[in-house]
Amino acid sequence: MSDDFSEFLDVFFEECAEGLDVMESGLLALDGGTPDGEAINTIFRAAHSIKGGAATFDFPRLADFTHTVEALLDRMRDGRRAVTRDAVDLLLAAVDALRGMVAASRAGEPLDEARAADLKRDLEAAMDAPAASAAGETAAPTPAVQDGAEPATGWRIRFVPAEEMLARGNDPLHILRALEELGRLEVRTDGAGLPALDALDTTRCHLGFDLTLHGTVSEVQVREVFAWVDGECELHVAPLDPAAASPPAAVGRDEPEPHAAHDPTTDPEAPVDTTATAEPPAAVPSAAPPALVPAPRAGPAVASAAAKPQAAPAPTGGGEAGSIRVGIEKVDGLINLVGELVITQSMLSSIAEGANGVDLEKLRDGVAQLVRNTRELQEMAMQIRMLPIATSFNRFPRLVRDLGARLGKQVELRIEGGGTELDKTVLEKIGDPLVHLVRNSMDHGIERPEQRRAAGKPDIGVLTLAARHEGGNIVIEVGDDGAGLDTARILAKARERGLVGVDEDLTEAQVHDLVFRAGFSTAEQVSDVSGRGVGMDVVRRNIQELGGAVTVTSAAGTGSTFTIRLPLTLAILDGQLVRVGAQIYILSLLSVVESVQVKPGLVSRVAGHTEVFALRGRYIPVVRLHRLFGIDADSARLEDGLLVVVEAAGRRVALFIDELLGQQQVVIKSLESNYRHVQGLSGATILGDGRVALILDVPRLIQRELAAGRGAALAAVDPAA
Amino acid sequence: MVTTGEDGIQAKAGVDQYLTFMLAGEEYGVDILKVQEIKGWDPATPIPNSPEWLLGVINLRGTVVPVVDLRRRFGLEEAQFGPTTVIIVLKVPGAVREKTVGIVVDAVSEVYNVAADAVTPPPEIASSAATRYVRGLARVEDKMVILLDSEHLLDFDAAATAH
Repeated sequence: MSDDFSEFLDVFFEECAEGLDVMESGLLALDGGTPDGEAINTIFRAAHSIKGGAATFDFPRLADFTHTVEALLDRMRDGRRAVTRDAVDLLLAAVDALRGMVAASRAGEPLDEARAADLKRDLEAAMDAPAASAAGETAAPTPAVQDGAEPATGWRIRFVPAEEMLARGNDPLHILRALEELGRLEVRTDGAGLPALDALDTTRCHLGFDLTLHGTVSEVQVREVFAWVDGECELHVAPLDPAAASPPAAVGRDEPEPHAAHDPTTDPEAPVDTTATAEPPAAVPSAAPPALVPAPRAGPAVASAAAKPQAAPAPTGGGEAGSIRVGIEKVDGLINLVGELVITQSMLSSIAEGANGVDLEKLRDGVAQLVRNTRELQEMAMQIRMLPIATSFNRFPRLVRDLGARLGKQVELRIEGGGTELDKTVLEKIGDPLVHLVRNSMDHGIERPEQRRAAGKPDIGVLTLAARHEGGNIVIEVGDDGAGLDTARILAKARERGLVGVDEDLTEAQVHDLVFRAGFSTAEQVSDVSGRGVGMDVVRRNIQELGGAVTVTSAAGTGSTFTIRLPLTLAILDGQLVRVGAQIYILSLLSVVESVQVKPGLVSRVAGHTEVFALRGRYIPVVRLHRLFGIDADSARLEDGLLVVVEAAGRRVALFIDELLGQQQVVIKSLESNYRHVQGLSGATILGDGRVALILDVPRLIQRELAAGRGAALAAVDPAA
Repeated sequence: MVTTGEDGIQAKAGVDQYLTFMLAGEEYGVDILKVQEIKGWDPATPIPNSPEWLLGVINLRGTVVPVVDLRRRFGLEEAQFGPTTVIIVLKVPGAVREKTVGIVVDAVSEVYNVAADAVTPPPEIASSAATRYVRGLARVEDKMVILLDSEHLLDFDAAATAH
């Protein structure tokens, strides 16, 4: 029982997180452009689900706080409160606070009560702000005075349930009963929607209701009753005119209708048919625009107006695009099964290849089909793990907005290719490096407005986040139109730190690559955003751990672009099988440049031990795998074997092996799950014959080799020596 | 509380069951609840730069499982692997989740019920590598069985830092 409950709890917390993301991106979208009723509605609904869940799972503080947020949103929605930048800031802060509360609730830790109380006070204060701005909106309606916090003497409610409301488990009758608990309720039914008797479908709602509720009840209380049918009904709530001493007309009563006492905007003749015309204009969501004032450009950051069209549909679409929530362990299980199928298939293939005879022709055909099916199944299974990168990109509008404000820079964020899908694991791990790169571009790349103006560029800098598929890879670019990397300063700094020799000549690309070196930062001012010299090296390492690479291109004055290349998935690798002695190792095909037979004389020894191999004028250090791994090779003479040139991050080494075997897709199995991480290995796989083969971690091998023998390997060597 | 297993061996409260195996003439026992299966010996793929007692990794129905040579682990003399040589596959708690690890032993012996009060703590001689992984000594049918602490024995991370 309690187990079941905790399972639901987890789902609730996950939904909270998703809801908060929706709220955040919705708020950011509001911030930049012209707000529309539906945008606020989306935010409101997300808040509302969190509130409902919190109440169900007994987190009263969370429910209470969300309720306050919701109340302010409600005011924005029906136009009683203008959508200002301040209000959006406040709501964003509230979203952050909610995140904290959800995290604390999940961990069973105490909530940050003080922060919540402060924010709650601010939110409540914000509710009292005027509906329309000083821009002189005509819509400033009388009901603005009718603040929900101050209960009216009564409410006139028009409630028309959607026809399918019953099917969704809601019953108008319950709502009427709930209203009755708030005060004396008069109900007048509107049968205009009733079909002919023979067409009557008793599972659908055909009636509308005109309700009059007497009693000192706040609007929030009234709307609360309708909270669960939000979006499933037509609902208008208007205060009874306080001046009207007697309640307005209702069924079965014969008091005269209080014409004169009515609000001038209310049609005195037709309380029964109070549609939009009978409403204070501000209470009609669809008529909201006049009251919703675009955020004044107070802040320096022009928040993501451009990001909105791409980024905004993602959360809404994501929630409704028939997505399912699958436990990751189930997906992993499925992928393991498929992995085994791949193994079976490669086993069958090897049998089939060895056999001959006429009957075996069929076996070959069958195997061919199995190969095709397996690959399709594999691809389909992998799809389950694929998520659009928008889930990672969506955090950036907020980051760019906040950072821009802090740095005093105007930045427009452009997001391209948010629908590009990549593996969930990759997606989770790429977030932090991306944040780092975006911060870096904001801090070092894009200049302050005055500098930009001086350079003849528009004040507003453009930061581009783009993702796309390219071959078997995902390419993610973080680009800016800022000042570009300062080659001279980087080189000076590198020389000063001893990273580059005084007489060493580097190409521009090599200089740019220096920014990824540990302990390197050219920021003149160390800010709290970046510039502490930790970071870019970590970014590169994290990306390499994902089997990817990061490079930078830059042009002075026009900007820099960091390009990340990642494998589509971490679970399957296109492998090159190589043999060293009795062992088979696997190299990622992506890292293999070429393989060469060595001729004596092409290999020189540097400083006595490091061997370098001259390949078309380039010196490549040789790594003897048998020595590195402490195993026996067929021969220790380089001429007897092969050199496989592998590359990572623009650097190459040649691996000495005995024999090059075939190429095949291999399913990566973790060594860590039952053993531990092993230096130089990125995992293991199972070959067709059932044996385990180890997968080499080429980037790490190169890194280690070049670190160990750097001075020797990179020093200029006379090829004749 | 008495429960009867499929094999008719009874487990009483305060009584643990141990699978015992032979290693260089001595009988060792591991908690039977930690034993996943016993399988015949298959050659393992060696892992570079690993402790010498790690034979390598094997394929156990699609899972990559490390295999420890227990003779080497205890610093005992090496033996030829023969027809009785088996791999006992154990489940041991890891830092994140349970790990599956194989140990190579000379032969599987018996399953014994050992009452908790029949176990004496290991002698206080910490010199031998083996004694660190001994949970206690049990006297069963006039023989001495060395009960192993598989959790410590197969903690690769600790073993790596010790190396």
